[in-house]
Amino acid sequence: MVSCVCCGPKLAACGIVLSIWGVIMLSMLGIFFSTHSAVLIEDVPIREEDMHNQQTPLQPVYALFDQVGYNCFIAAGMYVVLGLLSFCQIRMNKRREYLVH
Amino acid sequence: MCVTQSGLKLNVEGKLRNKGLSMGLFRSEEMCLAQLFLQSGSAYDCISELGELGLAEFRDLNPSVNAFQRKFVTEIKRCEDMERILGYLLKEIKKSDIPLPEGQVNPNAPLPKQALSVMEQLQRLELELSEVTRNKEKLQKNLLELTEYTHMLHITKNFAQRNTEYESIQTQYEEFPFLEKESIMDYSSMQRLGAKLGFISGLIQRVKIEAFERMLWRVCKGYTILSYSEIDECLQDPESAEDPRTVVFLISYWGDQIGQKVKKICDCYHCHLYPYPNSNEERADVIDGLKTRIQDLHTVLHRTEDYLRQVLNKASESVYTWVIQVKKMKAIYHILNLCSFDVTNKCLIAEVWCPLNDLPALRRALEEGSRRSGATVPSFVNRIPSNDTPPTLIRTNKFTSGFQNIVDSYGVGNYREVNPAPYTIITFPFLFAVMFGDLGHGILMACFALWMVLYENDRKLKHTRNEIWNTFFEGRYLILMMGLFSVYTGFIYNDCFSKSLNLFGSRWNVTAMFTHGNWTQETIKKPGMLSLDPSVIGVFSGPYPFGIDPIWNLASNRLTFLNSYKMKMSVILGIIHMSFGVILGVFNHLHFRKKFCVYLMFIPELLFLLCVFGYLVFMIIYKWLAFSAKDSKTAPSILIHFINMFLMQGDTIQPLYSGQAGVQAFLLVIAFLSVPVLLFGKPLYLYWLHKGRNHLHMYQGYERVRRCSEEEISLMRAHDMEEGTNHDALMSSSESQSEEIDFADEFLHQAIHTIEYCLSCISNTASYLRLWALSLAHAQLSEVLWSMVMRVGLRVDTRVGVVFLVPVFGLFAVLTVSILLVMEGLSAFLHALRLHWVEFQNKFYSGTGTKFNPFTFSVFHNSINSESLL
Repeated sequence: MVSCVCCGPKLAACGIVLSIWGVIMLSMLGIFFSTHSAVLIEDVPIREEDMHNQQTPLQPVYALFDQVGYNCFIAAGMYVVLGLLSFCQIRMNKRREYLVH
Repeated sequence: MCVTQSGLKLNVEGKLRNKGLSMGLFRSEEMCLAQLFLQSGSAYDCISELGELGLAEFRDLNPSVNAFQRKFVTEIKRCEDMERILGYLLKEIKKSDIPLPEGQVNPNAPLPKQALSVMEQLQRLELELSEVTRNKEKLQKNLLELTEYTHMLHITKNFAQRNTEYESIQTQYEEFPFLEKESIMDYSSMQRLGAKLGFISGLIQRVKIEAFERMLWRVCKGYTILSYSEIDECLQDPESAEDPRTVVFLISYWGDQIGQKVKKICDCYHCHLYPYPNSNEERADVIDGLKTRIQDLHTVLHRTEDYLRQVLNKASESVYTWVIQVKKMKAIYHILNLCSFDVTNKCLIAEVWCPLNDLPALRRALEEGSRRSGATVPSFVNRIPSNDTPPTLIRTNKFTSGFQNIVDSYGVGNYREVNPAPYTIITFPFLFAVMFGDLGHGILMACFALWMVLYENDRKLKHTRNEIWNTFFEGRYLILMMGLFSVYTGFIYNDCFSKSLNLFGSRWNVTAMFTHGNWTQETIKKPGMLSLDPSVIGVFSGPYPFGIDPIWNLASNRLTFLNSYKMKMSVILGIIHMSFGVILGVFNHLHFRKKFCVYLMFIPELLFLLCVFGYLVFMIIYKWLAFSAKDSKTAPSILIHFINMFLMQGDTIQPLYSGQAGVQAFLLVIAFLSVPVLLFGKPLYLYWLHKGRNHLHMYQGYERVRRCSEEEISLMRAHDMEEGTNHDALMSSSESQSEEIDFADEFLHQAIHTIEYCLSCISNTASYLRLWALSLAHAQLSEVLWSMVMRVGLRVDTRVGVVFLVPVFGLFAVLTVSILLVMEGLSAFLHALRLHWVEFQNKFYSGTGTKFNPFTFSVFHNSINSESLL
C-alpha cells in the first residue's frame, strides 16, 4: 500500500463528513427517484414529446425517473470510494503523528 | 399572649427563610456580607483555601491606597520576577522543540518558605541558561569566521593559480599594466615599480559587490585589481536575517596609501577581511590548521547543545507546576492587599460577599487554613448587615450555562430578580427553529452539536485558541437544542432541503376533479394554471396528520398559502411570548413586597395587552375554525375587522359572529380604561401611602413601645433586611422627605413607562413578524440552491451525468453549509436573540445588576496551554 499522505488531517476529516453525507443523501434520492416520487418531478429532464405521447402516457417519464435514480446510486457508490480514501488518509495521518520527528 | 404568639411566628418564618431554598435558576441566590478575621500567620493559608473553593468575592478595603503603597508589594514584585524568569524559560524550551508535559497539574499555592526555594531554583536556572546560550553564540560566531576563512583561502587559490598561469605568458603586461601608456612619467613609474604589491582578501555580501567594485575603481583610479567569485555554500550569520550569499574577493594594490583607502572602503561595505597568505606553502599550512580548529569547534558546539538540552529537559518537567504556583501566589497577595489590618496589627480583616448557603463551607475553609498553618487562634467569619446591593449569583451547570450567558450578555439581573434563563432554554431554540425550519439542515446542525457534546472532554477541543471555534464550543448545548427543534419545525413545515416528504399520503386528490368536478381531458391540455377546488367532493379529504401537506410543494400558489399561515402564526406566538413576560413580572412584584404593583401595574398591563391583541388572536383562531372552503368567497378579512374595531364602525361589514359589535366595544372600553389606571395608579397610591404614613407615625411608635422584647425587634429587623426593604421607624423622617421630592420623579417615571408599554405593544407585535420573514427567506434560499445547483446535476440524463453529479453534489454540500447553515443560522440566531432581549425581557427584566465574581484559582489551569501564559 502506498503510504503517501496527500492531505492533512482536517481535509481528510472534511472528506469523510462529505462522503457520509453524500452517501446517505444520494442513496435516499435514488430511492425516491426509483419510486417515482412526484415531488421530484422538476428534477427529471422531461422533454415536450414525452408529455404528448398518447400510447404509453407515462412510460418515458418513468424511464427517466429510473435513469436519474440509477445515476444517484452510482454517485453514492463513488462517494463510498471517496469515503474509504478519506478514512485511509485519516489513519495514515494518525500514524504519522506517533512517529518521532 | 398575642405578643408571644407573633414572636413565635416570626421565629419560625425566619428559620424557614434561612434554610434557603436556593431556587437554582429561577432567581439569583441570597447573598450576605461577611467579615473575615484572619490571624496574620494563617492569613495566607486561609485565602489559599478560599481560592481553591471559589466561594467569596472580596471587597477592596483600601480603595484610596496606591498600588505601590500597599502592604504586600515586595512579595508581588518577587512573584513578577519569577514570572519573568519562567517566561524566558518557556521561550527557550519552545525554541528547542522540547515537548512539554500535557497533563493537567493543579499544585497548591506554595508557602512563603517554599516560595523562596522555588525562587532560588529559578534564578539558578536563569543564570545557567543565559551563560550557556552566550557561550554557544560565541562559539557559533567563531565557527562562522573560520569557515569563511577556509572558503576564502580555497577560492583565492584559484585566483592565484590563474594569475600564475598568466605570469608565465604575459608577465610584464599583468604586473605593470599602465607602463606603456604612461611612458612620459618616468619618475612616477619608478615609484610604482618600487612600491610593494599588497593583497587584501575577504568576503562581502553578494548584493554589494558591484557597488564595491565601482567604488574601488573610482577611488583608486585603477591601481587595484579586484577579482571575485561567489561561494556556493550558504554561510548564515546567526544574528542577521539577510540574504546569506557571499562573495570572496581578492584585491591587489600598489602603495600604502592605496592600501589604506582600500581598507577604508572595505570597512564601509562591512566586509570580513582575512589575512592573505604569501605563498602556497603558507596557504596549505593555514588551511590545515583551520580544518582542525573547525573540527574541534564542531565537537564543542555539539557538547554545548547537548548540555543545554539536558538542562531544558529537566526544567520542562516542572515548569508548568511552577507557573501555576507563582500565579496562585500572586493572586493570594493581591487579595491580601485588599484587606485591612486592625488596630493591634495582628489580625487581617477582609469583607466578602458570600452566598448565604455557603457560609458553613466558608467557616470550614477558614478552620482548615488555620489548622494547616498551625495557628493557635483560629480565624473566623462574622456576618454583618449591609445596605449595599449584593452581586448576583446564579448557579449553572454545563447545560444551562450557555443560556445563562446569552441572558447575561444583555445585562446581569438585579439582586433577587426573576431570571429569564430557564424559559430561554425552550423558547430560544423554538423561536430559532421557527425561523430556520428545515429538516435536513436541522439534522446537520444537530449532528454537529452532538459531535461537540460527545467529545467535550477531549483536551484538544477544549483548549484550542481559535476564538470563533471557542464560541461555537461554548454554545454546543445551545446549538444541539436549536438543531433538534429545527428538526421538529422541519416536520411541521414539511421542508427537507426544500423538498417535502410524503409520509402519510397527501390528502388532496386530483382524480376527484374529473369525477365530481368539471375537468376533462381538454382542460389539462390547455396551457396555464389549473386550480384544485377543495369544495368539490373528494378533492380535499381532511387535513394532513402532521405538518403541511406535501402537495403544496408542487403548487404555484404555495407562497400565498404559506405566507398567510406563517404571518398569523408569528402574531400568535408573539402575543403568547409577551403575555408570558408580563406574567413573570408578577413574581418580581410579589418578591419585592410591592403587592400594590400587582393591582396597579400588572392587571392594567395584562388587560391592555389581552383586550387588544388577545382579541386579535381570538379572531384569527375563530376564523380558522368557523370558516371552511365553502365560505371562502365570503370569508371576512381580519385586518379590516380589527381596524373597524378601533374606528367603532361595526355596521358596514358582515360580522364574524353574532354580538361582535358589543363584545368589541366592551373590550375597547376596558383597554382604554386600563391606560389611566396604569398612568396614575402607582404614583397616586404612593402619594397616599406617604401621606398616610405621617398620620400613622405616632401609632407605629406606640406599637414599638409595646413590644418590649429586644429579640423580637432584632428578628424583625433581620426579617426586613432579608427582604431588601427597611421599615425602620428611625429612618422614616428622611424617607418622607425623599418621597416628597420623588413624587414628581415617580409620576414622570410612570408616565414614561405607560407610554412605552402601550406603544411597544403594537410595535413588538409587529416585530414578531420577523419569524415569518426569516422562515420565508430560508425556504426560498434553500429552493434556489436546489434548483440552481442540484437540479443541474440531476438533469443530465446520460451515463456521463454521474461524473457530473459527484462534484455538483460536493458544491451543493459546501454551499449548503456555508450559506444556509452558517449565514442563515447566525441570522436566525441573532433575530431570535433580539426577540428575547427586547420584546420579551422589557416586559419584566431590568438587568442592571453586577455579576458575582468570586476569588478562585480555577481559571489558571484552563489557560495553561495558551502561549500567552504569563
